[in-house]
Amino acid sequence: MVQFTLPRNSKVGKGKHFPVPAGAKTVKTFKVYRYDPETSANPRWDTYEVAVDQCGPMVLDALLHIKNTMDPTLAFRRSCREGVCGSCAMNIGGRNTLACTHAWDEVPGEAVQISPLPHMPVVKDLVPDLTLFFAQYASIEPWLQTDTPTPQTEWGQAPQDRAKLDGLYECILCACCSTSCPSYWWNGDKYLGPAALLQAYRWLVDSRDEATGARLDDLEDPFKLYRCHTIMNCAQVCPKGLNPAKAIAGIKRMLVERVV
Amino acid sequence: MAEAGLKGTAARARPLSPHMQVWRWHVTMAASILTRATGIALYGGALAATLWFTTLMIGPDLFNPYVALLGSPLGKIALFGITFSVFYHLAAGLRHLAFDVGLGFSPRMASLTAVAAMAFAIVASLMVWFIAWRTGGLS
Repeated sequence: MVQFTLPRNSKVGKGKHFPVPAGAKTVKTFKVYRYDPETSANPRWDTYEVAVDQCGPMVLDALLHIKNTMDPTLAFRRSCREGVCGSCAMNIGGRNTLACTHAWDEVPGEAVQISPLPHMPVVKDLVPDLTLFFAQYASIEPWLQTDTPTPQTEWGQAPQDRAKLDGLYECILCACCSTSCPSYWWNGDKYLGPAALLQAYRWLVDSRDEATGARLDDLEDPFKLYRCHTIMNCAQVCPKGLNPAKAIAGIKRMLVERVV
Repeated sequence: MAEAGLKGTAARARPLSPHMQVWRWHVTMAASILTRATGIALYGGALAATLWFTTLMIGPDLFNPYVALLGSPLGKIALFGITFSVFYHLAAGLRHLAFDVGLGFSPRMASLTAVAAMAFAIVASLMVWFIAWRTGGLS
């Protein structure tokens, strides 16, 4: 359902202010979404005046610096710190991206505003609950499905068929795209979202896969696929430069092509 | 399971993270919502046109006041909005036809065509109203 405002328990109040530590040369303000599930309080915006001369260039560096030196209670996911694991996806300066590959001095505005991936249930602070997101990914059955007997060696694939997977297989499932999509915001329970659909297309165009018909049957649904209105937020924010909107259009074309 | 572990800590319903409240819009997002808005406005435009024919059919007692209403300052603003809606919706429709055959999907190209559709709609609406003004259609 379309609801522009946040529910009552989700309204974000004013939070704590952490002043600049002594001896800081360059200071940058970070406005961070906080939510503590162990209290009954609403979420809040905490502000941190960070001595950015003492930390690395990326937003993740600043978050780690905050956690290590200013406020150990701050919770966020991170792992690889180089844009391949997808753990540190969050909304930074109003756009979804990976904290580890986005520099804090490239965020427009006075303060760097950081909140969890949009329109998701918040577990704690910057940690959203991605259960539904991964269930939707599982629902497109993201594995090779074949009827012909398994060959003695590998499943063969011509270089030009392998090339069709470029721009699709690189997805790291960070959920930046799906949680950027207004259609996913309003119908996330029924619409599969850009990430799951990009992966659905990845298996649809795989020359080795033999379940194309069944895969298309599963997607031919007013909500699962056709809630995509080509708003393009997914392609605009993808930190890997992929284009889910184009992949979804590819699925729509495959559905048309099999009936004409 | 992680799910069971998380359930223990959730004493109450989890809050929903901010969405519209924090999002910094891309021009493509504005283009999309404008397509929807102008589409809705065109329903109003179709109704206004139908009323014009209906009152014309019924007679001058209804037709003259209706035309006067359309010619009032407020009516002119509404009609200009409908003119803009016609041209924007046309351009957006062409843009989506290109999308449907798989063209124009790079964020750069999609942003460019979004701006182009808006610019076309503004220029075309102004031209129609300029012509109407020069030919005495606004008096």
